[in-house]
Amino acid sequence: MHALDVVDVKKSCTLHLQGGLHLPVVAGVNFAVRPGTCVALVGPSGSGKSSILKMIYGSYRCDGGRILIRDGDETVDIATAAPRAIIALRQRAIAYVSQFLRAVPRVAAIDVVANEHDRAASDEVRKRAAGLLRRLNIPERLMTVPPATFSGGEQQRVNIACGFLPDRPVLLLDEPTASLDSENQAVVIDLIAEKKQRGVAIVAIVHDNEIRAAIADQIVDITGFAAAA
Amino acid sequence: MNAPAYNFAYLDEQTKRMIRRAILKAIAIPGYQVPFASREMPMPYGWGTGGVQVTAAILGPDDILKVIDQGSDDTTNAVSIRKFFVATAGVRTTTATVDATVIQTRHRIPETNLHERQILVFQVPIPEPLRFLEPRETETRRMHALEEYGLMHVKLYEDICRHGEIATSYAYPVMVDGRYVMDPSPTPKFDNPKMNDCRALQLFGAGREKRIYAIPPYTRVVSLDFEDHPFVPYRFNGTCALCGATDSYLDEVITDDRGSRMFVCSDTDHCETRRSSPVPPAGEENEVPRLDPEQTP
Amino acid sequence: MIDANDHPLLEAEALAKWYGRQLGCRGVSFVLYPGEVMAVVGESGSGKTTLLQLLSAQLAPSSGRVCYRMRDGVLRDLACLGEAQRRCLFRTDWGYVHQDPALGLRMAVSAGANVGERLMAMGCRHYGRIRSAAQDWLDRVEIACDRIDDAPTVYSGGMRQRLQIARNLVTKPRLVFMDEPTGGLDVSIQARLLDLIRRLVTQLRLAAVIVTHDLAVARLLSHRIMVMKDGAVVESGLTDQVLDDPREPYTQLLVSSILPA
Repeated sequence: MHALDVVDVKKSCTLHLQGGLHLPVVAGVNFAVRPGTCVALVGPSGSGKSSILKMIYGSYRCDGGRILIRDGDETVDIATAAPRAIIALRQRAIAYVSQFLRAVPRVAAIDVVANEHDRAASDEVRKRAAGLLRRLNIPERLMTVPPATFSGGEQQRVNIACGFLPDRPVLLLDEPTASLDSENQAVVIDLIAEKKQRGVAIVAIVHDNEIRAAIADQIVDITGFAAAA
Repeated sequence: MNAPAYNFAYLDEQTKRMIRRAILKAIAIPGYQVPFASREMPMPYGWGTGGVQVTAAILGPDDILKVIDQGSDDTTNAVSIRKFFVATAGVRTTTATVDATVIQTRHRIPETNLHERQILVFQVPIPEPLRFLEPRETETRRMHALEEYGLMHVKLYEDICRHGEIATSYAYPVMVDGRYVMDPSPTPKFDNPKMNDCRALQLFGAGREKRIYAIPPYTRVVSLDFEDHPFVPYRFNGTCALCGATDSYLDEVITDDRGSRMFVCSDTDHCETRRSSPVPPAGEENEVPRLDPEQTP
Repeated sequence: MIDANDHPLLEAEALAKWYGRQLGCRGVSFVLYPGEVMAVVGESGSGKTTLLQLLSAQLAPSSGRVCYRMRDGVLRDLACLGEAQRRCLFRTDWGYVHQDPALGLRMAVSAGANVGERLMAMGCRHYGRIRSAAQDWLDRVEIACDRIDDAPTVYSGGMRQRLQIARNLVTKPRLVFMDEPTGGLDVSIQARLLDLIRRLVTQLRLAAVIVTHDLAVARLLSHRIMVMKDGAVVESGLTDQVLDDPREPYTQLLVSSILPA
């Protein structure tokens, strides 16, 4: 039983501002992820790996195919779901660590993380958020500071905490270790292992070969899905 | 030359019918401001033309008229209006509240309890209680129609937060028959309770603003307030220097250039009646009224 | 949290408004659920303010209709409501935040009275309770409590806007309309206000329709977005989808026109 099924997905962009330039992105994307396993997407830069993750999360639209996610007893196709359904899925079924933290002004790091889990975060949630940030080596004094002024690595670690705090069956990771030192990379590898033990299905993009080897149970090479130019 | 011949009480009969129709409508909808075609009167706006038109419309040859201004029968305006009706209607006049059938008043309600055969006519400057909060007539009409009176309590709230209590001391808004909020004209709030369940008919006329409203006899009239700041009829804490009354509304009279003052009943008829009553207050009848140190604020 | 079992709160069906021969907007249809925030973006003249006024029953549509689910659970056509009902709705179950706070406040009356007015309109007659509710709300919108007796004439623009929000939310409305809530405010004040709006919308599970020309505001506050141009809806959908992956030429133009800070 798959937690996530990507079936025959294709996407292209039409750039109207460039005179209607048509850019195919991917086509015929097919893979599935079982609970408790991690699928790593590999391929050269610009080949559409991030786009696939974004299509699974619903940030990008796809032009064809199906993206099936198990939500309790039901299966929802994100490609055709209504906006409400996608929002509900994001709250219940999918967590996402994007490549860049979109820093909201004035919100403290610990609140950014806690609110991601539950917008009206309770004290218990905030305690867990603090614990996670501590594990990711974010010092206490920075937890109450808005992350807009953090370094790239610190922002990424806040981002990781956002994605790892909630307990959702599908986790999407876009270059989670890119700006981290080796100590923090090790922490992330541990966190991923713990998620797998809890039965979470993970799709990750990691360009570092060693780290990929440590976390991935299945490699999907997307150059095979690159749409013909 | 002959003096001009007036129709009875100055106004022509058609005008009186128009005003009476407005009065009937006002009585049928207690507290509701009925627009009427206010006429040019031989006194300017601001001098009681609304009250005079109402009185003129209801006066009959057998009526006995009393006119007071701030409680007194002998101020200039009261005298003028009384003379006006003597000249144009030839009615009997009186200063005794108990004897009058029609009482026209500016800014006071007589202390003496009124009875069922009497009509009290108020002179009203601004009939709309919400006017100073909401200047648009279109909006205030809608608020009355839809019973949206939250704004009235906003005014009272403002009073409390500025002065610690509801500071409005006259023209204190009331709710009539549980439906319309009304401005009782600039009578002191001390007089508000008298309007409730009054045996006499109360009519209100605003000449410049062209509105008539009414409180039928035995109608419930409640002053607006808050549960934790209930309405209190305010009266200066003292006694009348002339008749010794402790429960009438008092006027302050400055007696000399050094600021000496004394307090006397605002209702002159009430005061005179008390002074000429068979049992005078002990020891005060033959004394010259003097300044009581306790009364100086 | 968005509950998939909720019934729609606001439904617009083929809404159109013509001012004589001048088009305000046309062909607008959508469904809004409790707790959903929808941004309506577009440039001046796109029809977004007209749409907001149609949705909040301040304008009658030339065709189409707007339905709202009242607190009793029944979906009603706004055009069929009596004026008293509409005005009551406007004061209790809805909020409307104007771009210029002076339009949404009573400037001559104290802040406490501004916040308490809706309560008094609903029949609350206890001064102490009204005042403490007002204090509570001033605190929630980060206005110092010692300013409660000041009139908004002595408030700054940002404070006035926050006061307007407090005044609207005191009756716990389920739906709030906002017309350029941060328009005209300094950037730092905007940030504070947006943060406040985000928090309150989440805490109170408000549904909202927010008109803005600022895509960053839309991204920050809304789940869904409608892009309008020349009176018509050009594109609509999930906010991040439409802003990250715009399909229509106009949307692509809008998104690419933002100057990075």
